[in-house]
Order: sequence, then structure tokens, then C-alpha cells
Amino acid sequence: MREPALQHSEKTLDVSVWQGNAAGGGYRSYSVPAQESQTILDVVTWIQHNLEPKLAYRFACRVGMCGSCAMMVNGKPRWTCRTHVQKVVEGHSLTIAPLRNLPVIKDLACDMSEFFDKWRRAEGVFHPTSTREEEIAPILPSDPERIAASEAIECINCAVCYAACDVVALNPEFLGPAALNRAWTLINDARDGARIARLKAVSVAGGCHNCHSQQSCMTYCPTELNPALSIAGLKRVTAIAAMKGEI
Amino acid sequence: MLDVRLYLAQRISAILMAPLVLGHLAVMIYATQGGLSAAEILSRTQGSLWWGLYYGLFVIAVSVHASIGLRVIANEYLKLSGAGLNAFTWLTGFVLLALGGRAVAAVVL
Repeated sequence: MREPALQHSEKTLDVSVWQGNAAGGGYRSYSVPAQESQTILDVVTWIQHNLEPKLAYRFACRVGMCGSCAMMVNGKPRWTCRTHVQKVVEGHSLTIAPLRNLPVIKDLACDMSEFFDKWRRAEGVFHPTSTREEEIAPILPSDPERIAASEAIECINCAVCYAACDVVALNPEFLGPAALNRAWTLINDARDGARIARLKAVSVAGGCHNCHSQQSCMTYCPTELNPALSIAGLKRVTAIAAMKGEI
Repeated sequence: MLDVRLYLAQRISAILMAPLVLGHLAVMIYATQGGLSAAEILSRTQGSLWWGLYYGLFVIAVSVHASIGLRVIANEYLKLSGAGLNAFTWLTGFVLLALGGRAVAAVVL
């Protein structure tokens, strides 16, 4: 039974926080005073300041821009600085764990290396075709490729989609929603000069064609992007390129 | 583990199968509703180049489609990869092709 909004400071939250490292770990429980407009990051910080000084976690901006504070909250990936306790608490209980699908460094801090390595493997780097001495490429806001890129471009690299993806969980080679979404924005960038290399990069064994279109990435993306739609776009253009013999 | 060529092979085989499945269902219903006996059905299919091509193509499409689909399941749930996964894919495809080809031969030849 869900409690009504937690508004009284005398109420407490029962919070289980996973602690450990790559070798293993477990949950430890804490009572945390509930406050109005409290975020999950507020709860974690309160525990570290008052009860568990050794607790490791990661955050920076606290306003949903930097993408560093994502954790599993009651089993679902969330950006914790912008997730209000009231919206995700079950009764009085919160279970907080490190992001799924990534190796743990310590407690709530994950090793993001493979997540960002896959951006590079998906050719997520811009390859300029002109220098600063040349004219700026004219790109109309109404251009269909510009519109497609705009729909996918506000990624904050938080890895919530990567943690939500069941294909990543089952097939560790899969490049994942964020890297493929990034590749799709560059495919639609008229100034970029590595289209064929990028189409090849996303067409390898762990590439876009392994996506099952379950759309957990879209469901949990905190900035409401739709990486599954970007991946569908990649499947379409790579299929056409393969039939033309371009890749 | 799919690359773009396996992906295309699975999609193209699916496009081929869609009308073939509908035709197969329609023929089944027509043949049984009409009360045709097995001997009467065989008399129509044996020696027929068109039924041979129809079900021959069907069997090929099924072998390609199913072996790639099972490949994904074998990779994700049985953790097969590399040469083992390729061997599994080819073996599945050939077994389906052999079984289906045997059935087509029995009805057409």
C-alpha cells in the first residue's frame, strides 16, 4: 500500500544500500528522516554524512546535466539527483544499488570504461570535413536529417539506458543504446565525413542489429530520448547500404 | 550475435515466408474442407514442378530464418560464441533443410 506524500519530517525512510566491490557485497539498512521534495541523491548523501562515511557514490552537478549520479532505485535505473523520493518510494522503503550491466568499483560507483569504450567502437566521434578557415555548413532547422539528429542529441551519458537494456545484460558485446544513439546523431550530421566507417562500425557482430526493440532505453531515459528509434534508423540505413554494397 | 548480413538474411526470409505461410494455410483449409483424401492430395502434388518450387522455397526460407533466430537465442541464453556459434547456426540450418527437403520430396516426387 503506497503511503500518501511524505511531508512530515518525523517520518523516516527504510533505506537499503548496496555496499561492496567487484568481489561481492550486500545490502545494509538505514533509517533516514523523510523530508519534502527530497531526492534519492539527498538520501544517499545524508547516509554518507551521518551514518556511513565510507560510502562511495558519484555525483557532480545535482541538476540533471552531468549524468554521473545514476543508480538502481527499487530495481530501476534512475538519475538520482532529479528523482524525488515521493515518486519512487514503495511504502517507506528504498533499495539503492549500483547501475546494472556495469562492473562495480566500490558501493554505488560503477566503472564506466566499457560504456564509453563502446561509444568509440560505435564511431561516436565527429569527423570534420572542413577547417575553421572555410565557410560554416548551412543546415536548415527544417532539414529532415537535422530534425532526426535533434530528437536524439540531448544525451547526458548517464548510462541509465545501458543499465535498463536486457540485450546488454544477455550479450556483453552489444554496443548499447547510448553509443548507437550517438552514432545515429552523427549519421545525420551533414558536416561529418565518416558515414561509411560509422555504418560499418555499427554493423559488426555486437552492433545495432542485435537490438530486440524492447525499448527499456526509451522507458527509462531521464531526458526522454528514444534510443530504440535511433537504432531502428541505423538498422534501416545499414540495410540499405549493405544492399548497395557500400559496407 | 547478428551482423548486417545475417540481419538482412533473416528479414528477407521473413518477407518470403509471409505470403507462403498464408498460401499454405489457405491450401490446408481448402484441401481438408473439400474432403480430399491423402491419395487425392498426393495425386495433385506428385510430379508438380510448382508445388515443388513453392514448398522448396518455403523450406529454404524457414531454414535460413529459424537458424538465425536460434543463433541469437543460443548466444544470449546458452552463451555460445565464435566458431561454436557459427557451427550451431549452420547445423541448425542444414538439419531444417534436410528435414523439410525430405518432406517436400515425399509429396512432390
